[in-house]
Amino acid sequence: MEQEITIKVDGTGHRLTVDTRTTLLDALRERLGITSPKKGCDHGQCGACTILLAGRRINSCLALAVAFEDEEIVTAEGLAEDGGLHPMHRSFIEHDAFQCGYCTPGQIVSAVGMLEEASSGWPSSVTADLDADEIVLADEEIRERMSGNLCRCAAYVNIVSAISETAGGEARR
Amino acid sequence: MKPYRYQRARDIPGAISALAEEPNATFLAGGTNLVDLLKLGVMEPEVLVDVRRLTSDSVEELPDGGVRIGAAVTNSNLAADRTIRSRYPVLSEALLSGASGQLRNLATTGGNLLQHTRCVYWQDTTTPCNKREPGSGCSALEGHNKNHAILGASEHCVATHPSDMAVAMTALDAFVVVQGRNGEHRIPIEELHRLPGDEPWRDTTLEHGELITAVDLPLLDLAANSKYRKVRERASYAFALVSVAAALDVGEDGTVRDVRLALGGVAHKPWRATKAEEALRGEPINKANLRAAADIELEDAELLRDNAFKVPLARNVIVRTLLDLAEGR
Ligand SMILES: Cc1cc2nc3c(=O)[nH]c(=O)nc-3n(C[C@H](O)[C@H](O)[C@H](O)COP(=O)(O)OP(=O)(O)OC[C@H]3O[C@@H](n4cnc5c(N)ncnc54)[C@H](O)[C@@H]3O)c2cc1C
Ligand code: SF4
Ligand code: FES
Ligand code: FES
Repeated sequence: MEQEITIKVDGTGHRLTVDTRTTLLDALRERLGITSPKKGCDHGQCGACTILLAGRRINSCLALAVAFEDEEIVTAEGLAEDGGLHPMHRSFIEHDAFQCGYCTPGQIVSAVGMLEEASSGWPSSVTADLDADEIVLADEEIRERMSGNLCRCAAYVNIVSAISETAGGEARR
Repeated sequence: MKPYRYQRARDIPGAISALAEEPNATFLAGGTNLVDLLKLGVMEPEVLVDVRRLTSDSVEELPDGGVRIGAAVTNSNLAADRTIRSRYPVLSEALLSGASGQLRNLATTGGNLLQHTRCVYWQDTTTPCNKREPGSGCSALEGHNKNHAILGASEHCVATHPSDMAVAMTALDAFVVVQGRNGEHRIPIEELHRLPGDEPWRDTTLEHGELITAVDLPLLDLAANSKYRKVRERASYAFALVSVAAALDVGEDGTVRDVRLALGGVAHKPWRATKAEEALRGEPINKANLRAAADIELEDAELLRDNAFKVPLARNVIVRTLLDLAEGR
């Protein structure tokens, strides 16, 4: 069954008719040609499809397009406001935080969403003091908070250092 | 995937009557479980009624000192809520131990409670399963059953309930607020999920079309000293093999004044360990007493080929978690 919807991706509104079964991931990739969100597992198990929805990271493979009309969606392509690189993009390049690159857009979007969560004071399951006002993003925290993003090339060590540097940079600013 | 109609209900009565009119309709919240099951062909509804934005998405303190959690509150927002973190830490910890950051951002309180078992045979439409296809048999009985139940199972189904959040809520004596065609009622969370018995296709006591609108946590002082411990096959982003939610109040004299204990990963529902609780009340808190209490709870365990490890694991996790609470760790 088809339905007409409007979705806003990386600042641009799109009007399209989709089958009610279409996920956001498929709508972005197959209908709008926005291919930075990747299809790894299609079951919420790998994080390759991560996008920001109203500023929060989610798996676009488990989100039905018809259910998320009119909400602001940001992909890895849309992270940088001026069309250049986002600091997280740059840090991934500088730290060589990928090999094949398939998981990378999802990692980068997830990392940006994760930093926002940490700066809102959200604890994680490795945060020692659940009541803490401020989260210190030690490597252990980064690893736990990024556990929803798998990397088959196992570039994890450099992914953690890329994120760690961006986090530190933001804290200094 | 079978085609379905998607509709967004305008209000709660609208959602309830939409399901009343359509026997093969189902509610959709965050979709992190349901959409997966649609893809797998395990669930084949004709209509999806989206309730994600219908119920309350806030956590409110109640006049009697308790807390009401709207069914639409996301798992992330609930875990981060200041009141929950300080007064019911076991609930924050349980939520944070589940799924991933991305999933918790979409998953809702109502959907988490009603998420379906992760039994691999249930998820695989090519294998017999009494829960999916009544009377077809249970593939797990003779199959790979490492993840399956040790308590309260039946010869018809040995599946476990996967939610971490629900285990914590069970330890906290939560009530589930439900709306149906005949109005609203509150049920103790222990009466929400069922044991499989000879009707394993019925996961809960809810009628078709009943909507969870909120979860109430009663005022419970000892919950400030509470903890969730989960054992799984990797450090993060995995379901529990066994988990323990506990709250403890120890008197000046070192005896247990009050205790709440619930287990995850062991049964078709979050398992309230009432026998162990009774055995502990009034007793000195020490390893021997804790072990004895755990053994009383696990005495009725029925083991399958691959899951005998859950008995010593559950016992050890109960002992360690309560000792940590007693020692203020
Ligand atoms: C890879 C992966 C790992 C996971 N790991 C964990 C884990 O470690 N621990 C854990 O606890 N969970 C885990 N989960 C499960 C996750 O917590 C659930 O998918 C989520 O909580 C479901 O919430 P939802 O809002 O997305 O529900 P939905 O998928 O929208 O719905 C789930 C069910 O609840 C029903 N429903 C939803 N809302 C209501 C309501 N208000 N009233 C009545 N019925 C309703 C729906 O009809 C459906 O049957 C994992 C999931 C995935 C995909
Ligand atoms: S344990 Fe239950 S859900 Fe799993 S195959 Fe058996 S009947 Fe089906
Ligand atoms: S493709 Fe969405 S989580 Fe793997
Ligand atoms: S870089 Fe290849 S999967 Fe991560």
